[in-house]
Amino acid sequence: MAEQTDQAANRQAPVISPGYTFGTVTDKISSIVLTRPTSNGWFVGFGISFLLLMLLLYAAGYLFVRGIGIWGVNIPIGWGFAIVNFVWWIGIGHAGTLISAILLLLRQSWRNSINRFAEAMTLFAVACAGTFPLLHLGRPWLFYWLFPYPNTMTYWPQFRSPLVWDVFAVSTYFTISLLFWFIGLIPDLGTLRDRSENRWARITYGILAMGWRGSARHWHRYESAYLLLAGLATPLVLSVHTVVSFDFSIGIVPGWHTTIFPPYFVAGAIYSGFAMVLMLAIPIRKVYGLEDFITDRHLQNSAKVMLATGWIVAYGYAIEAFMGWYSGNSYDSFTLWNRLHGPYAPWYWSLLSCNILFPQVLWIRKFRTQPGLLFLVSAIILTGMWLERFIIVVVSLQRDFLTSSWGMYYPTRWDWATFMGTIGMFLTAMFLFVRILPMISIFEMRTLLPEAEVKAE
Amino acid sequence: MRLYGIMAEFDSPQGLVEAARRTHDAGYRKIDAYSPFPVEDLAEAIGFHSNRVALVTLIGAIAGGLSGYLLQYWIATISYPINVGGRPYHSWPSFIVVTFEMTILFGGIAAVFGMLALNGLPMPYHPVFNVPRFAMASKDRFFLVVFATDPKYDAAGTRQFLESLGPRSISEVPS
Amino acid sequence: MQEAPANPKREDVCPSKQRELGEVRLQIERAQGPEFWRSLEELAGSPEFQQMLHREFPKGAADWVDEVSRRGFLKLMGASLALAGMSGCTKLPLEPIVPYVRQPEGVVPGRPMFFATAMPLSGYASPLLVESHLGRPTKIEGNDLHPASLGGTDVFAQASILGMYDPDRSQTITKLGDVNSWSSFVQEIKGPLAVQKGLGGAGIRILTQTISSPTLADQLRALLKMYPQAKWHVYEPVNRDNVVEGAKLAFGRPVATQYRLENADVIVSLDADFLYAGFPGNVRYIRDFAKRRNPDGVMSRLYVAECTPSSTGAKSDHRLPLRAVEIEGLARALLVAVTANSPEAGTTAEYAKFVQVVAADLAPHHGSSLIIPGDHQPPSVHALAHAINVALGNVGKTVVYTDPVSANPVNQTESLRELVSDMRGGKVDLLVIMGGNPVYDAPADLGFADALKNSNVGLRIHHGLYQNETAELCHWHVNDTHYLEMWGDARAYDGTVSIIQPLIAPLYAGKSAYELVSALSGVSDATGYDVLRAYWKGQHSGGDFEAWWRKALHDGWIEGSAYAPRTLSAKLGSLPAAPTSEARTLEINFRCDPSIYDGRFSNNGWLQELPKPLTKLTWDNAVLVGPKMAGREGLKTEDVVTLELAGRQITGPVWIQAGHPDYSVTVHLGYGRRKAGRAGTGAGFDASPLRTTGAMWFATGGKLTKTGRTYKLASTQGYQTMDTPNGASRPNVRRATLEEYRHEPKFAQEGTPPPELTLYPGYDYQRQEYAWGMAIDMTACVGCNNCIVACQSENNIAIVGKEQVVRGRHMHWLRVDAYYQGDRDNPKAYFQPVPCMQCENAPCELVCPVGATLHSTEGLNDMVYNRCVGTRYCSNNCPYKVRRFNFLLFQDWETPQYKMMRNPDVTVRSRGVMEKCTYCIQRISEHRVDAERETGGQIADGRLQTACQQSCPADAIVFGNINDPNSRVSKWKAKDRNYGLLAELNTRPRTTHLAEIRNPNPELET
Repeated sequence: MAEQTDQAANRQAPVISPGYTFGTVTDKISSIVLTRPTSNGWFVGFGISFLLLMLLLYAAGYLFVRGIGIWGVNIPIGWGFAIVNFVWWIGIGHAGTLISAILLLLRQSWRNSINRFAEAMTLFAVACAGTFPLLHLGRPWLFYWLFPYPNTMTYWPQFRSPLVWDVFAVSTYFTISLLFWFIGLIPDLGTLRDRSENRWARITYGILAMGWRGSARHWHRYESAYLLLAGLATPLVLSVHTVVSFDFSIGIVPGWHTTIFPPYFVAGAIYSGFAMVLMLAIPIRKVYGLEDFITDRHLQNSAKVMLATGWIVAYGYAIEAFMGWYSGNSYDSFTLWNRLHGPYAPWYWSLLSCNILFPQVLWIRKFRTQPGLLFLVSAIILTGMWLERFIIVVVSLQRDFLTSSWGMYYPTRWDWATFMGTIGMFLTAMFLFVRILPMISIFEMRTLLPEAEVKAE
Repeated sequence: MRLYGIMAEFDSPQGLVEAARRTHDAGYRKIDAYSPFPVEDLAEAIGFHSNRVALVTLIGAIAGGLSGYLLQYWIATISYPINVGGRPYHSWPSFIVVTFEMTILFGGIAAVFGMLALNGLPMPYHPVFNVPRFAMASKDRFFLVVFATDPKYDAAGTRQFLESLGPRSISEVPS
Repeated sequence: MQEAPANPKREDVCPSKQRELGEVRLQIERAQGPEFWRSLEELAGSPEFQQMLHREFPKGAADWVDEVSRRGFLKLMGASLALAGMSGCTKLPLEPIVPYVRQPEGVVPGRPMFFATAMPLSGYASPLLVESHLGRPTKIEGNDLHPASLGGTDVFAQASILGMYDPDRSQTITKLGDVNSWSSFVQEIKGPLAVQKGLGGAGIRILTQTISSPTLADQLRALLKMYPQAKWHVYEPVNRDNVVEGAKLAFGRPVATQYRLENADVIVSLDADFLYAGFPGNVRYIRDFAKRRNPDGVMSRLYVAECTPSSTGAKSDHRLPLRAVEIEGLARALLVAVTANSPEAGTTAEYAKFVQVVAADLAPHHGSSLIIPGDHQPPSVHALAHAINVALGNVGKTVVYTDPVSANPVNQTESLRELVSDMRGGKVDLLVIMGGNPVYDAPADLGFADALKNSNVGLRIHHGLYQNETAELCHWHVNDTHYLEMWGDARAYDGTVSIIQPLIAPLYAGKSAYELVSALSGVSDATGYDVLRAYWKGQHSGGDFEAWWRKALHDGWIEGSAYAPRTLSAKLGSLPAAPTSEARTLEINFRCDPSIYDGRFSNNGWLQELPKPLTKLTWDNAVLVGPKMAGREGLKTEDVVTLELAGRQITGPVWIQAGHPDYSVTVHLGYGRRKAGRAGTGAGFDASPLRTTGAMWFATGGKLTKTGRTYKLASTQGYQTMDTPNGASRPNVRRATLEEYRHEPKFAQEGTPPPELTLYPGYDYQRQEYAWGMAIDMTACVGCNNCIVACQSENNIAIVGKEQVVRGRHMHWLRVDAYYQGDRDNPKAYFQPVPCMQCENAPCELVCPVGATLHSTEGLNDMVYNRCVGTRYCSNNCPYKVRRFNFLLFQDWETPQYKMMRNPDVTVRSRGVMEKCTYCIQRISEHRVDAERETGGQIADGRLQTACQQSCPADAIVFGNINDPNSRVSKWKAKDRNYGLLAELNTRPRTTHLAEIRNPNPELET
């Protein structure tokens, strides 16, 4: 993947359009936050997202009052939308870390212009994901029993359970992403501090910047810390979705108990993550006129990453199917049959077309460079990845070992409300982010300029 | 009025690095350079070669990993051993994941807070901010400061020396 | 138990109360279906109610709400809206009743006591032991000393405990719907009775249900002596007229037929479902049948020719699906074949082969064969059956004739017809309806309701447990006592008289039939106890009556009261001519419902939610249609259809029932009640409008038309075969024929992994004192559903209501899976009870993040409710799907009656926690304590029984210590047939199944 994008770099549009200086870069990005008036479009978008967020609170409130039964879950399908959405959101988060950490290690300088909001996206996506395991508990108010803390019961979590692994993986992931994102922000906060006219803004940014002054010593430690963090975040991001996949592969349910899950989950995560990055980047660069910083090059590279991961995912499906047949295990082979012909077959087929069929158009240059088309493909991929999680969670549980206890799952309007609500939560956070923080890393953009070069003698 | 140091302003990172190197060669030790983005070689130009962030991180990571595993071992076999699905009390394969996550978590936290601590951040007040032009340090200007505490420092001589480096401007940093 | 102080006239304790009652009732009316529990809570909180409550009691009485003491309960009962009809008047019965087994002296708090009593159903008593905690009956068990029970029960008896605590029961005497009192009732009837005295009671009619109580019968006869012109009518919708008439045909007199299945090697059932609740003697029959179905010893063979697929048909070795109307033809053919000994002389019908083979099989089993006719088959079929049994010399061996159990064995349909014509003829001035609900269930053509309303019957009195449809149309309603609240007696199917002891004083100051009748005969203050004792004192000849009485109460029945067998000669000349085999017109069958009988149990949530044996339907009845017919008519399950018969119509949803014969449908009675209570009202559709005196059980010439609408049915088992849609099949129920089994005894164990197949060192359970295990013999299991209700009662399992069942959230800890295999028009069917398997390598435990489910040293898969946070991961990972989750607050935490009913030894689960079978851990602990206290040693094998095991009439469930090689369960597990369900997953289930062995006749195997 790395060298593929490298070659791309040689051939294609630059990461940043020519003619910019340290000053203009700084002005252009910081002005979005500091000087530009807030557009009506922003208010409309924010308003809608906020309403959805309120819907989430309402749905959650009713859930606490009535109980988990307001959702469609039942026996045998003990997990429904909640877990589907959890896995979906967590997956989306992965692209951010990949861009900021892995591409950093791979010296993919083009990442600099998209890593900031990609990381923000990670944070918000993980936050959305985090709400679901909490809400889906029968007794949500006892969620903290999953953490090991000394208690009067002198009782502890059960560390053989993948759910406990989840707790650690997800909370670690969120913490590290938050730190990574924040230290990335410090120098830019300094810039905003020094440039904002508004007193309160200056004070706020000043406090956040913690007195950053760009000393060479600081930069030196800063860079090694940043690099180390990237080094830690890389295995972490791979582990998180691996652990999420353990939730299933540790179980004995046919359709869950599969060794292919970890790699295939991680690939799927990045797949959907980049789709989300594009769905955010394309409108943002249009609205704020950032085509010079988020260039076609970025769109192209992201599209290629999606192609690559898309094929890994396709390989995952293939292996699942193959093992279903090859294992000779009647339960596994039936699970395969059930996906292809069972009551949820339409969902499975649309999953295949969304994740494997349609994205192939990305082989065509036009689709990689045409923001509109790319946006559409990304939307399709996100849908496909959601369907994939639905198939894994619900359709596997729906018909397991004893034919007598087969069942069906029908989501209720509360399932949908909660799902839509988290989307609102995500967008609300995103809108606030672009409004009050530099959505592109200013200091890293500066390093991309030719005059940043220092010729050693 | 006591001075904190003398500050020279440069246009380009190139200029700053060269100036810094020459100042250092000239025997000044208590100096610092400020840039709006990390500039290669600048640190070692002012004679700052290694930092201990990596070490701190390593220690944090090891501590995390150990505590993670020991916690699980203690809980599962000493504090409250229970028979879970016929698995042995010390089922180490199940304990690997949490151990790993704890390693990362502590390592990461150590890296960030270690860095901040070593940098002495947060630091709400610093004399260099008294220089109005220093606001540009977070945009497109590059500064070199010789501190008054430098043994070789003397107000006039040092100022002359800095001027010889062809800065854009020279300003005094009041303490 | 101690004497409790006598209390004044109960209805006078709370005079002020009745005003508010109206609006309180209204509030409840508004609440429908499953939500009504919720509304109860709201109501209990409503200011009006609080106010009412305080007028009732000293302030603060209501603070007892969460006080779980008996006094708390008694106060609360007054405070409860459900008990609004009366105040805290409940107390132990005034009279001494005799505890069973355990020492009678005093009550040890926390120690249950057991009392023998009996539940009368359509006249037949099921002998019971009732567990009582501090004066609160909590659990029904069979009377293991009684020949009619041997420890087993049927579902109706098991669930009757809920019936007693039903807050919807009629709670007061009413006159024209307004609350009234016993005293004024007694006053009120004085006049009319005086008038009747003059007329010799010519205007008095008494309508009872089937009565086998010697005492009550004696009382009624005495009453008829006082009023010589008065008439005593008997009617029940599920009556045995055909049996009576059949006996008259065969022997010229009504006799009862008892079967001795323990002696029968070849059994032929002519549309008789003798292995399910409702068939007199079924509990004993199941035991005897199962005993004789031992693949390792003697194994009988069962042929069933039936219309509506039944659990008996499911257990048969050969099932011949026939329209009910064709059974008679079969019976004749069989008689000819058996007597003429020339099978081919039998018939030309498509079942010729069947007849030949069966006849050939019967012939050598002279005296050890048995023909059982179904109650809903016409008299001639019964006569034929008698003839065949006589011809086969079974009389006295497998068939025994005795006097009928009913004290008044009239043809009930005719009896009711006569009553109605008298009413229309204006001959009736004073009508007393004791029990039953004729307005709802009388044959449509009689127009009973209309006669009751429009003919001028001067005084109409209804006596019953509920304010039902009939009570509506009567002037007076006297609230009856539940059998657990009253003194009485009744005969079991074999004639033995059981004494009915009250376990608790009437909750709602009800009056038993005994008390009502004595009031009619002028003695208004006689208690049931007086009446009963007086009668038996009279009957008892010599000896010490007290000792004799005490023994009778203690044992639960009167020694030597069983009927002696009669030797009769069958005269078969007078058989009516065979019905001409009529054209292929639609036949409509009426059957009593397997769960709610004739509708009398329709407000019993346990029974409503009890999955019916084959359909697994809950909360509804349906039009059962065979696959062939469904295909021809283009019907799908849940299509709503209209059934038309002789101009009358009903509409109901279709259920496609494998094995149902073509050109025939079945509807079940008891549903579509208008006034049953919160659980029963409006559930299902009423089939009785099609039911006429001419065709009480089936009629041809029906018409079925689609309405185009559909109706959601709640079945707990969506998928009823072991064949997966991709053509594979799963060995859930491992099965073989007797030959195959003898040839390859270990067939069931293939695929079971060897114990060493694991990476882990096993947990050393052998070191422990106990290792609990269970074995379930599917050959013996007849799918009678007892275990389900017993478990529900023992473990305080909530019901969830239809809507939640549809969503797949029923809570039964133990389920009985029913599978069809093979030809859908006549499939083989299998039952498989599935409790928690208590796996040694439990997949559920591994994945619980909070360690809420874990393994005990004795191998139990424990569930810690208060640690559970409800991730439901354990259920997902349970291959048997036996875990149940409280998706909502399913338990009723408010209604005091239910608080009284619950087993105090079992946690009442709240919302959001997982629950499942615990092997009745509360019983294990109790017995462990007892064993240590009494002997200091181990629990003796067989003494500790789980609820399901104890109630099982087939003795198909064995539970015990598998560390003890001599325990019964160890012996069962050592059998070749023993296998672990899904053992290939290496879950090492502690619950294992014994494979099902059938004994088909090679002649019929095709």
